[in-house]
Amino acid sequence: MIGNFVTTRFNYILGWARKYSLFHYPFITACCGMEYMSTAASHFDWDRFGTGWTRFSPRQSDMLVVCGTISHKLAPVLRTVYDQMTEPKWVMAFGTCAVSGGIYDNYAVVQGSDRIIPVDVYIPGCPPRPETVLDGLIKLQEKIQKQEQEWRWKKRK
Amino acid sequence: MTTRIQKEASKESLLLNMGPSHPAMHGTIRIMLELDGERILNSEVEVGYLHRGFEKICENRTYFNLLPYTDRMNYVSPLINNLGYVMTVEKMLGIEAPERAQYIRVIMSELSRISDHLTCLAAMAMECGAFTVFLYNVKAREYIWDVIEETTGARMTTSYIRIGGVRADLHPGYKAVLKKAIVETRKVLKDIRGLLDKNIIYLNRTRDIAIVSPETAISYGWTGPCLRSTGVYYDVRKASPYAVYDQLDFEVPLGERGDNFDRYMVRMKEMDQSLRIIEQAMEKMPRPSPSKLMVEALEPAEAIKASRTKRVEKEIKLSPNLEGSERGKYLDILGTDKKYVVPPKEDTYTSIEGIINHFKFFMRGHGIRPPKGEAYFSVEGGNGELGYYIVSDGTDRPYRLHLRAPCFHIVSALEEMIKGHYIADIIPTFGSTNMIGGELDR
Repeated sequence: MIGNFVTTRFNYILGWARKYSLFHYPFITACCGMEYMSTAASHFDWDRFGTGWTRFSPRQSDMLVVCGTISHKLAPVLRTVYDQMTEPKWVMAFGTCAVSGGIYDNYAVVQGSDRIIPVDVYIPGCPPRPETVLDGLIKLQEKIQKQEQEWRWKKRK
Repeated sequence: MTTRIQKEASKESLLLNMGPSHPAMHGTIRIMLELDGERILNSEVEVGYLHRGFEKICENRTYFNLLPYTDRMNYVSPLINNLGYVMTVEKMLGIEAPERAQYIRVIMSELSRISDHLTCLAAMAMECGAFTVFLYNVKAREYIWDVIEETTGARMTTSYIRIGGVRADLHPGYKAVLKKAIVETRKVLKDIRGLLDKNIIYLNRTRDIAIVSPETAISYGWTGPCLRSTGVYYDVRKASPYAVYDQLDFEVPLGERGDNFDRYMVRMKEMDQSLRIIEQAMEKMPRPSPSKLMVEALEPAEAIKASRTKRVEKEIKLSPNLEGSERGKYLDILGTDKKYVVPPKEDTYTSIEGIINHFKFFMRGHGIRPPKGEAYFSVEGGNGELGYYIVSDGTDRPYRLHLRAPCFHIVSALEEMIKGHYIADIIPTFGSTNMIGGELDR
């Protein structure tokens, strides 16, 4: 730093701003919701990482947390919620059921939420411990920092 | 697809869809409402969004292997679900767990009950706007889960209670952790009562809302805290005591009116009683029998090395690796009959009998094979009578397994409960029923 100004690239600073203000939409269906509660509440507190604001409207949120088993009946609902979210958006598959269907390899369960929506970070565990979730969150933040950002007046090639 | 309510609704009224992903409804359920202004004329509850085929899966798993699936039924109190299933199988096999294991089971299921009620009230209060209560409750739940984790190795889905006993003994320093959890939970309960009991906003939203008469409750098949809130004295722990509940002293709190506030109050009082039960069980629990002389015992690694050339004659030191081993020390937490208990790994790796026992347990067509017939056994779950009905055809897999989920019966009365109230009243009413998706849709 020279003097009172910082030089940076707009892409970088936008990524920095976005990764620390992840408004999230918890799509809670099953057991993982309990660990989501623990992670979000004061004991583990993922607000420390800038993910404190739970928005219960998909239109206001940046990150979709798919918590729990997605059955075939629920799949269209998940897709609708994802489509309603505004760009930029990221998806966290929370728990083995959302990652791959988990122990429920049968007629009723979608074998992984990535069959319906694109997923950015996979968190294994049945259910994952809060520490695992925080680790996954940090990985997602790294990804957001590195990726090519989009903004409205950006020059398209 | 047109639903029933769409066909039946009058033309003047407004139809509104609520769910299945709604901020104030934890769990996935859909309610179609027919409204006159804000008043609910009719409603239709649609369940099945978390149907995971539990009962069908169980027909394809051995009696031992389907235990983890029971964890994920009522996922807020997994240990009670384990207990219900395990005791049903034990009833079929005609065996009984050692006394110390029974006490551990009681402690574990009471801890689970507290965590169940805490979560229910946390969600209910949060949806009414009391976010502090949510944070306090989850804090108390963390202390309880610390105890569960140190003993079972997992926070939620533990699979700790096994056929013939429990998987491992309580960890050495459990008393201090358990006492801390009890103290912290008592503090939190006191705080919550201070926050909610005379809170006018909370009272207005819960008092005299969704009143259920005892007759209605019984006709719907309600059990558990919701039934007791209407004033009916029924608790499986008292009506048909299992484990060692008949030796413990506790009360069954009852409500008077059967409204939302009573359901909250009964849960709060039940948590106090559960803490009492845990304290008594800690006192009364028989001590572990003195361990065998382990002086001349071999280390497992040495024993494996020695067994490559000749038969090992000496005792083998069993490690406390939560594998149901340490049998010499912990004979009184898990049975020793090789027909229904997994043999310790040290035996499997060091002796030919051990490896045969291992194969006899895990090979297809062997393992736990209850005699032909059927059995029903119920325990008091977080929501009420949690019953397992198993039909056996003599093979190693159940022919049919049915779960009597208490929450299904409670949610089926939801339509009647919210009729005539306002939309805002759905939230505390739904919160007080403690709908758990895994248990409801199975």
